[in-house]
Amino acid sequence: MDIIKIQGTDDTPQVTLDATADASYMEISGRSLPEDVVTFYGPILEWLEEYAESPLKKTVFNFKLEYFNTASSKLLLDILLKLEDIHDDGNEVLIRWHFPDDDEDMEEAGEEYEDIVEVPFEQVSYTID
Amino acid sequence: MTDDFHPKDSLDFVYDFYVKMKKNKINLAYEGEITHQITKAFTSLTENHMSIDNDPNSVQKKVFHVMVECLQNISKHAENRNDVITSKDGRGIFLVSKDDEEYNITTGNIVKTNKVNDLKRMLENINNLDKDGLKQLYKQQMREGRLSPKGGAGLGFIDIARKTGEKLIYSFLEIDDNSSFFVLTSTVSREK
Repeated sequence: MDIIKIQGTDDTPQVTLDATADASYMEISGRSLPEDVVTFYGPILEWLEEYAESPLKKTVFNFKLEYFNTASSKLLLDILLKLEDIHDDGNEVLIRWHFPDDDEDMEEAGEEYEDIVEVPFEQVSYTID
Repeated sequence: MTDDFHPKDSLDFVYDFYVKMKKNKINLAYEGEITHQITKAFTSLTENHMSIDNDPNSVQKKVFHVMVECLQNISKHAENRNDVITSKDGRGIFLVSKDDEEYNITTGNIVKTNKVNDLKRMLENINNLDKDGLKQLYKQQMREGRLSPKGGAGLGFIDIARKTGEKLIYSFLEIDDNSSFFVLTSTVSREK
């Protein structure tokens, strides 16, 4: 499978989607308020669609967002729903939701997604220096 | 003071405008098309001002959130009237004011008069909900709402109410049968 690596900007997140067997890593981090959310997240959803056909034994997906707008929140849910599909197919999936330890809103956003999708979910707080 | 602006004798008009802005502590005023570039410019300008003023991080984040959602509301939902007032969609007025206690973010734009009742109902409903009710509504809307062709998720107002913890202040002025002017003010407290 192709590896997706998108550099972050001040309005789009950094994205790494790498399903290489030994070094797999999946993460979306930074700020998300793209001009066109569908165009930005389209390739990510397509990648997951393809990945779902033969996923790794265990899929760990990291969200480490500082900010996302409401238009992005809908697309983030679409990503989570894809991961839920993979989980429903009998594969091991873990969502790791990282949030700055002083950001209650981001922590709550993670909890809300955890309520909506049925996938193992881990909240991970981190400290910003 | 003259009501109309004539470039040749603009002094009164501009001075009056300046005094009104100062008096109302408006530190950002814009009328025109809201593009993505404008959104980025205004949010980064305001972020700079806020960090110079030493506003707490949580306040800065809230103001940023509210500004983005308000600006996107205009760019996605503002209608035009095909006349001298607005001839294009996605335009409106945007104001940020600040005093010792709070930030106020105000938008004004044209909406279709036949949409006013739906909008009022939606805003009233949001204002009647408490913190937990808003959370439930947000989750429900995220699950059930579809992304509109313009990229709206129907979440903006709910998000503003949740982030600010304040009621939305809004009013509608009917311009004619087709068009109404919609004003929305969101308040972010500068404390904590």
